[in-house]
Amino acid sequence: MSEEMERDDRVFVIGEEVGYYQGAYKVTQGLLERFGERRVVDAPIAEAGFAGLAVGAAMVGLRPIVEFMTWNFSLVAFDQIVNNAAKMHQMSAGQLRVPVVFRGPNASARQVAAQHSHAVEPFYCNVPGLRVVYPSTPRDAKGLLKTAIRDDSPVVFLEGETLYGLQGDVPEPEADELIPFGSAKLVREGHHVTVVSFGRPMPMLTKLADELEREGISLELIDARSLRPLDTATIVASVKKTNRCVVVHEHWPYGGPGAEIVDCVQREAFDYLDAPILRASNLDVPMPYALELENEVIVGPERVRAALRQVLYLD
Amino acid sequence: MGNSQHELQPMYRTMYLIRRFEEEAARAYSLGKIGGFLHLYIGQEAVAVGAEAAIEKTDYVITSYRDHGVALARGSSARSVMSELFGKDTGLVRGLGGSMHLFDAEHRVLGGHAIVGGQLPLAAGVAFRARYMQERDVTLCFLGDGATNIGGFHEGLSLAGLWKLPVVFVCENNRYSMGTPLNRTTPLADLTLKAAGYGLASDRFDGHDVLTVRDRMRAAVERARDGGGPTLVEVLTYRFRGHSMSDPGKYRTAEELEDFKRTADPCALARKQLLTSGVAEELLSALEQEVETEVMDAVRFAEESAPASRSSLDAFVYAGSSGH
Ligand SMILES: Cc1ncc(C[n+]2csc(CCOP(=O)(O)OP(=O)(O)O)c2C)c(N)n1
Ligand SMILES: [Mg+2]
Repeated sequence: MSEEMERDDRVFVIGEEVGYYQGAYKVTQGLLERFGERRVVDAPIAEAGFAGLAVGAAMVGLRPIVEFMTWNFSLVAFDQIVNNAAKMHQMSAGQLRVPVVFRGPNASARQVAAQHSHAVEPFYCNVPGLRVVYPSTPRDAKGLLKTAIRDDSPVVFLEGETLYGLQGDVPEPEADELIPFGSAKLVREGHHVTVVSFGRPMPMLTKLADELEREGISLELIDARSLRPLDTATIVASVKKTNRCVVVHEHWPYGGPGAEIVDCVQREAFDYLDAPILRASNLDVPMPYALELENEVIVGPERVRAALRQVLYLD
Repeated sequence: MGNSQHELQPMYRTMYLIRRFEEEAARAYSLGKIGGFLHLYIGQEAVAVGAEAAIEKTDYVITSYRDHGVALARGSSARSVMSELFGKDTGLVRGLGGSMHLFDAEHRVLGGHAIVGGQLPLAAGVAFRARYMQERDVTLCFLGDGATNIGGFHEGLSLAGLWKLPVVFVCENNRYSMGTPLNRTTPLADLTLKAAGYGLASDRFDGHDVLTVRDRMRAAVERARDGGGPTLVEVLTYRFRGHSMSDPGKYRTAEELEDFKRTADPCALARKQLLTSGVAEELLSALEQEVETEVMDAVRFAEESAPASRSSLDAFVYAGSSGH
């Protein structure tokens, strides 16, 4: 963010606790000291208000980054994002642009229960006019965020709350590495089965792939990372090679980008499939508080293994 | 002993119960026995307890995630609340909700709500029912100072004012919205100015003295009950702990905190008033010992209770028998 703020004075950050508190999850740490109150704006608890304010400011030329303390709170600003941000360009027949990045931590954290554990990607992926990205590594987060900030359309930028602790190399500022939307990442080559996922499950899947390797099962792992637009070509090419596919996601199983991926694979690689495409997801219930129950609900390695065994006909 | 001192004693007991309950909850949290978010009410006890003393058992109460004090003041048992924090099957909501979502229909506690401002329109709805059924129940809705900025606040007040619903909105101004002091979330120094725009009555007072809270709340509650319409009450208070257990509280000075603890501790204040009015020290110690036993029993009960049940996962997604 700081590199992009340095580069373009029109870029500013607004949200709760982003300035003096240094960000509820410390994502905006140091920004206030560097850029001052003009460009790092602490907002009161008024999500519909400041999301709408950002859309308005963007309509006349600014490039706001809106931080939702978590994406759960975007639901009170849903109208501004869906009715205003997403539609303005079309409604004005291209006269207006809304280059806003809405960002913040998404999905379950740890035992924060039903109202604080939403994986919001299905809600926003459904809306034409919005782009939705969900990086799972520090490098992807940086490259995709730069693209998002420079994009002229509204972008829903999802960060995994449990991924904040991940460490990894990121390119130096001079590199100015941008990762284009609509490009999935082949994380690991394999030949028995393609596993497609995004966001929080990715580190778990990398570990699982190592374990399965030792058990003689070779996974080809793809991080979709850009959910709208979706890089169907990379996914379909992989399935044509492995002939099997499991999609893993944290959002609820009814619809959403997980189901969208399945739909595209069955249409474009039907003749190559040796087994039905299966999904492993969170259970179809509101998130419970108790740790044992939460662990049961969130998709874990056992549920993925079960799906893999089925598509590999190992049971 | 004066009449009000006679009434003060049980109120002191409840405040002390909330205090000791939460101190033990904080300890359990640091031992990893409680997870998620834990927002403590320590320092604000006089608000929930004074408000409770101003309503009937049949009235309704709804609040935010900072809800332990309200539930205990209403009469939810220390055992059932502590078990909920521990995520046990014996908890108020069977381990499904945890600290932020205490519901107790029997005691007319309609929830801890974790999306800021969400409870205000709900409170208007609860009060709407009373009017609809021509009953005399009053609804109390607790909220924070930060919540007065969100849409739910304004729409909730808007409707309550329009239809003169029997609800009292109790804004607990503890001077901070998470890490942001009041003067950086609103240009107003007096939050009750927000009431006038929606046609609500208002009142504003210090919330460290539980008897003051009770008396001032009574006026608002009676107005609601008698068809006089809703009130926005601003109670000036202070939280002695962080916003939640994960907040180191760097945004305020140690002196400020110590100052409030010294001059505005509602438990200490009530205790002093009781002693001054002639209640014996031994009597107070006995009462405190009783609370101690109750709290430690709650902790033990929570620890020994069965974990949340797998069957609770699907059981409550839909009500009625037609769901799958
Ligand atoms: C809509 C929404 N935005 C943000 C949050 C995160 N959050 C939880 S509590 C809180 C501060 C609330 O302050 P206040 O209303 O003063 O209540 P207090 O915590 O002081 O009791 C914030 C920002 C939330 N829960 N809901
Ligand atoms: Mg507050």
